[in-house]
Amino acid sequence: MGNPGTRSVAPALPGSTGGAGATAIPGRVRRRYSLLTGRDKLVLGLMVGVPLVLDIIFIWGPTIVSGFISLTNWNGIGSPFDAEFLGLKNYENLFTAYPFFWPALTHNIVWLAWLMLIATPIGMFLAVLLDREIRGTRFYQTIFYLPVVLSLAVIGIIWKLQYAPEQGFINNALGRTANDNLIDWLGNPDLNIWAALIATSWRHVGYIMVLYLAGLKAFDPALREAAKVDGASERQTFFRIVFPVMMPINVVIVVITTIEALRAFDIAYIINRGKNGLELLSTLITNNAISESNRLGFGSAIAVVLLVISIVPIIAFLVRMLRNDET
Amino acid sequence: MADPIPMKAVSRRTVLKGIAGTAGLVTVPAIIAACSDAGSSSAPAGSPASAAPTAAESAVATGSISFGSNYSDEVPKNAMQQMVDAFTAETGIDVAVNTVEHGTFQDQISSYLQGTPDNVFTWFSGFRMRFFAAQGLAEPITDVWGTVGSNYSEAFKVGSTGDDGEQYFLPIYNYPWAVFYRKSLFEENGYTPPANLDEFKTLAARMQSDGLVPMAFGDSDGWPAMGTFDIINLRQNGYDFHVGLMAGTEKWTDDRTKQVFTVWKDLLPFYQEGAAGRTWQDAAQALVQKQAGMYLLGMFVSEQFVAAGAGEVDDLDFFPYPNFGTQYDGEKALDAPIDGFMLAKNSPTLGANLDGAKAFMEFMSKGSTQNIYTAANPGVVAAANDADPSGYNALQQKAVELISGAQRITQFLDRDTNPNFAGPNGMQAFLLDFIQNRDQDLNAFTQKIQDFWDTL
Repeated sequence: MGNPGTRSVAPALPGSTGGAGATAIPGRVRRRYSLLTGRDKLVLGLMVGVPLVLDIIFIWGPTIVSGFISLTNWNGIGSPFDAEFLGLKNYENLFTAYPFFWPALTHNIVWLAWLMLIATPIGMFLAVLLDREIRGTRFYQTIFYLPVVLSLAVIGIIWKLQYAPEQGFINNALGRTANDNLIDWLGNPDLNIWAALIATSWRHVGYIMVLYLAGLKAFDPALREAAKVDGASERQTFFRIVFPVMMPINVVIVVITTIEALRAFDIAYIINRGKNGLELLSTLITNNAISESNRLGFGSAIAVVLLVISIVPIIAFLVRMLRNDET
Repeated sequence: MADPIPMKAVSRRTVLKGIAGTAGLVTVPAIIAACSDAGSSSAPAGSPASAAPTAAESAVATGSISFGSNYSDEVPKNAMQQMVDAFTAETGIDVAVNTVEHGTFQDQISSYLQGTPDNVFTWFSGFRMRFFAAQGLAEPITDVWGTVGSNYSEAFKVGSTGDDGEQYFLPIYNYPWAVFYRKSLFEENGYTPPANLDEFKTLAARMQSDGLVPMAFGDSDGWPAMGTFDIINLRQNGYDFHVGLMAGTEKWTDDRTKQVFTVWKDLLPFYQEGAAGRTWQDAAQALVQKQAGMYLLGMFVSEQFVAAGAGEVDDLDFFPYPNFGTQYDGEKALDAPIDGFMLAKNSPTLGANLDGAKAFMEFMSKGSTQNIYTAANPGVVAAANDADPSGYNALQQKAVELISGAQRITQFLDRDTNPNFAGPNGMQAFLLDFIQNRDQDLNAFTQKIQDFWDTL
């Protein structure tokens, strides 16, 4: 279909994040050199246009409406355009008066730091170990990957039972179930985020492990052998050869980890609906906007803040991907 | 952004259903037997000739109504179905029951009522009812109340009335919040129910020295602590102040509010530790297993006793929260949340089915109908005056006595106030903070609550 020939391809069309737009389309070829018939142009127009329209209707439209709702005090009843227009009042309220916003933002950052610095490296480490074809590698792969097939909601329920004060396995194993010595894993606001992070990591580690293992399997063994011939240690081989060569996978892993941290929701919501030390931006949105509570305007303001934060890694990722395409 | 996975939060509704889920098993077979021939010949409950024949007769012609129910757990669902079947048997009106999981139902109530709701839907009394009535999403049933009003006490009528003075809600049952205990444990140790706060503290201290946790407590769900706040505020500051506080006409920074937390702080050493991470069900287990002596909760706590084994629930008893020696003792106020039905104004078929829906309301107002439910769910008591208490167990009979003796009845903090205020990122969080940091400065603490209220 697309025939770029020898001419360098124009950058992907702006806004064409849909499937067809990303493939090579000579969008800006000058008319006299055009290799496209009218029919081609029609087909291409449809291929770009339909995803674009869907994208606007289902992604950008709601995003813009959310942005508008965040400027109102809409309570979810009637039309948002009839609600009182507050300007930036919701944002002012959110940043200065709402007692749960800064804790939630902090928790999201802690979440990100934990996944990035602890869970993800553990997953990569397991992948490197399992790549060495140790005995029972398939067995271990299955074990570590098993949590990934469970939804986070199920994982939340499983861990909630493990952490229960008197009935839970963990306190019983530690012998800390009496009224004067029990450990309140999920109730203590200084402790419960770490408990939730361990539960999240249980799944995240397996996820990263499989991704990285797939990359390692595709790694050219000749490079490794060359390093060995040159007398590099295992450690040197990994950090100087394997890791740099795997850079595309590393980027994917960083992006996935970031997204996982920003969309963290399920476990906190299942433990206690995101309160008492487990506030996250996503649970604040839900508790304000998608519940019996009727603060859709305010909830949308939090959603917009989360959107703005999320756009940063997404842009970084896209810039990287597009640059790779060009080279 | 995350896809919010709808999940059910345990609420008192859940609880009620859970109660029936276990307790009802005992009684349901009897009801099924009683109703098994209902479709063909006789109506099992209520005599067709007596109550409200006009509406029922006119409604026969309309043929059917639709009914949105959040009674999604098995046994309450069955209990509700028994009442619906009794209605169909008597009037010939078919009822299309649309049952939605209760957590989802509550989270989506706004969009449900604005979309294409069913004619009749299950809901709660209190602010939660008045809010949707004020938004024009509920159809008034003042004319139904004109017919059935004499079958309800004034308190139920007040609890069914919207801000505009019209009635929007039809109660079917309620249940009290009180201090529950095991009779056998009290007998073994020679404890007696305390009449006032000092006796309450003395008893708690005695339990502590006997190696018991005096007060079981689990606030992982956020709402159970509200029951404690309600009752201390009612005893300490009276009904009028409490209602004013819920409505926002009184301030959280008021010294009287601080006094509630001061009293509570003195009681907290008697409470079970680690409450913030414990569900109410696990806390109830401490009472079941005789590790804890008392538990302030709704009567749905009986579920855990029914589940614990045959006869266990007979050992369960309660006493009203002790008096504080204030002028408000005479009010005998308590939380006794009411559940019932409303009509959805936006329902596309309501116009055609209005007579049938009102006949449904009238039928549900009868004690004989409500008794079908209370038999299946012994955690609640019927709302109607002409309900027959002879089928009640001892706990239900005592509950009737307690509720009818109360001069003032409240619904529950999260039913009486703005849901924007009462949620997990609101009053639930503040109360959890207080329980875990009981020595904090109450001026700053109450200021934080008031500031939050002021932003709403």
